[in-house]
Amino acid sequence: MNVRLYVWQRATAAVMAPLVLIHIAVIFYATRKGMTAADILSRTQGSIVWASYYGLFVAAASIHAAIGVRNVLTEWSPLNNRHAGRLALLFGLLLAALGTRAVFAVVLS
Amino acid sequence: MIARGTMHRGSALWIAAMVHRLSGLALAIFLPLHFLALGLAIDGEAKLESFLRWTDQPLVKFAEGGLIFLLTVHLLGGLRVLVIENLDWRDGQKQLATIAAAISAIVAFIFLARVL
Repeated sequence: MNVRLYVWQRATAAVMAPLVLIHIAVIFYATRKGMTAADILSRTQGSIVWASYYGLFVAAASIHAAIGVRNVLTEWSPLNNRHAGRLALLFGLLLAALGTRAVFAVVLS
Repeated sequence: MIARGTMHRGSALWIAAMVHRLSGLALAIFLPLHFLALGLAIDGEAKLESFLRWTDQPLVKFAEGGLIFLLTVHLLGGLRVLVIENLDWRDGQKQLATIAAAISAIVAFIFLARVL
């Protein structure tokens, strides 16, 4: 892993640490009496706070996961650095696209 | 006889590094599915609700408990790495890694106890 990717990996980890803690707390809160779509959407729809929170989470997770997958592919697969990098980039873009769609779905739809 | 180059395998900190990597890989595989599930709301609340009722099955709840464990153990393992890399070295890393795994298991069990 080069220095640039190392710094992005650690920076996104630091950004996500509090986001993950909040996510776990929200999971416990949301499942306290069964989770319904109405409960979830009533919390998130039209909320700039939740859109920002999940938007940042998706961006950080996409970068963090793509770099992690690149490391795994480089070390555990026969792929060379270039191919592992391309595959990881595609994975990161897929995550970012699906994540953005998910945020849109729960906040704006 | 254990080969010299593999003697570290099985040590608590090697296991911690492996748990961190495998939990990250599992979460990376889960994330697209998680996003697709939430994306169901684009087609309306009913579609998401129908999926959520499917997740009421005990087997799915156990899987969710596993995901809570993976998320917590990856978070705590990652925090340990950030602390090691950015602050002065502290002894007791094996104990910290074990405590992280224990806390993650407890959090997952509490989740399961509430939803099952």
